[in-house]
Amino acid sequence: MALSGIFLMVFLVQHLAINLTSLIPDNGYTFNKISHFMGYNPVVQFILQPILMLGVCFHFTMGIFLEYQNRRARKSKYVFHKTRSSWISKNMILSGLVVLAFLALHFYDFWVPEMDYKYVSKLIPAEDRYYHELQEKFHNSTRTVIYCISFVLLGLHLNHGLASSFQSVGVTTSSQKKLKLIANIYSISIAIGFTVVAVFHYFSH
Amino acid sequence: MELKLKIWRQKNSGEKGAIIDYNVKKIDPDMSFLEMLDVLNQDLIKSGEEPVAFDHDCREGICGMCSLVINGSPHGPDKGTTTCQLHMRRFKSGDTIYIEPFRGTAFPVIKDLVVDRSAFDRIQQSGGYVSVNTSGNTVDANATPIPKPDADEAFKAAACIGCGACVASCKNSSAMLFVGAKVSQYSRLPQGKVEARERVLNMVKQMDKEGFGNCTNTGACEAHCPKGISLDNILNLNREYIKAKIRK
Ligand code: HEM
Ligand code: SF4
Ligand code: FES
Repeated sequence: MALSGIFLMVFLVQHLAINLTSLIPDNGYTFNKISHFMGYNPVVQFILQPILMLGVCFHFTMGIFLEYQNRRARKSKYVFHKTRSSWISKNMILSGLVVLAFLALHFYDFWVPEMDYKYVSKLIPAEDRYYHELQEKFHNSTRTVIYCISFVLLGLHLNHGLASSFQSVGVTTSSQKKLKLIANIYSISIAIGFTVVAVFHYFSH
Repeated sequence: MELKLKIWRQKNSGEKGAIIDYNVKKIDPDMSFLEMLDVLNQDLIKSGEEPVAFDHDCREGICGMCSLVINGSPHGPDKGTTTCQLHMRRFKSGDTIYIEPFRGTAFPVIKDLVVDRSAFDRIQQSGGYVSVNTSGNTVDANATPIPKPDADEAFKAAACIGCGACVASCKNSSAMLFVGAKVSQYSRLPQGKVEARERVLNMVKQMDKEGFGNCTNTGACEAHCPKGISLDNILNLNREYIKAKIRK
């Protein structure tokens, strides 16, 4: 659980870094270059991508199984239970499932058309298409809003997830406070970073 | 003081329980919470009803026998106190108080508010000790030098009274804080290092076998523990466990 979570957190940094290049005012030149490299590099496509997918599947399958086991550990429920712990730490399954639903939409939006372009319709590789495809997607306000809400929940998921995964693998900083601080910085940067990209492309036409 | 009590009543482990309402009068604010329940039980006995069963022993916060989830919080509203150390002055006359047993599949209700916490005993028996020959050749404790920080950490972990509030507060009914305290208490001392590997593996195995949930680091256990056992003990437990698994 923790190891797959940490793996995904590293991936998110890379994903965000590439997305941020779409903000560079060069008409999408840098973004297109990197996207094209990612899309046609065999190592990325046939080794890293499957590993990432396995990581995601492992993580949410284990997450759901963990929730099932933990519910079984208290078969008779409290009538009144009010504990001193944060809302997000108690609702990781909720934020996780929202992220999962978001992933389904995200795949439908970008991954499915990509697969179709490259492997089904077998169209000619075009290095300059990615930036326009991205902008087109975000001209839809419903999609932009759904993405932004998902980023907030992803941020919350990561806020607890980062601190929790470190604790689970026995790694710590000098104090719990410092660990919380790192988790806050990471999760807020991720949530704001992705949101800025989405909102930027919504308004940039 | 007058209070409305909503108490979980359950005949035995097999039958279904329910919240029953009671009123108690003439409660002195200086009474302890358990003395207030004594007053209620006296009234019940006088009127020919079955008194409410609850656990207690020392009534001074050292034995870990008292339990109760009071208004949703194990050991009541105060931090760092056991139920037996809770006083009625913490409440106002006319308050409604919910009283439930510690809940967890591994802590089945025996009767009313009394739960079976022998799962903790079995975890302890599976490794929570050091094997020393005490028959005539006891080594003086001070003969083994121990760095002060290690001694302090071990001592803090040893403050755990095994009450089970960590399990009761945890949304997953996880026993990691208890097991973490028991493992850390020994793993930080030279005497405990000898059996460190078997200890952590066996205690975690027994913990899982008893049906406690998995830790997701919500931190409720630390916040409700009457002895302030720190989450660092769970961190240390995870480390010890990973170390033991690698060193196969
Ligand atoms: C695909 C949908 C997802 C689901 C259903 C899901 C579900 C869960 C659940 C149930 C937990 C355990 C609860 C807890 O530890 O408190 C968890 C933990 C975690 N998740 Fe997710 N998650 C998802 C996506 C993600 C993503 C995309 C990331 C990161 C990029 C992530 C990172 C983490 C981390 C770091 C943890 C902490 C692990 C630990 O406590 O040991 N999750 N997730
Ligand atoms: S860790 Fe704290 S709450 Fe848990 S059994 Fe020990 S004293 Fe009780
Ligand atoms: S009765 Fe002993 S700790 Fe409360």
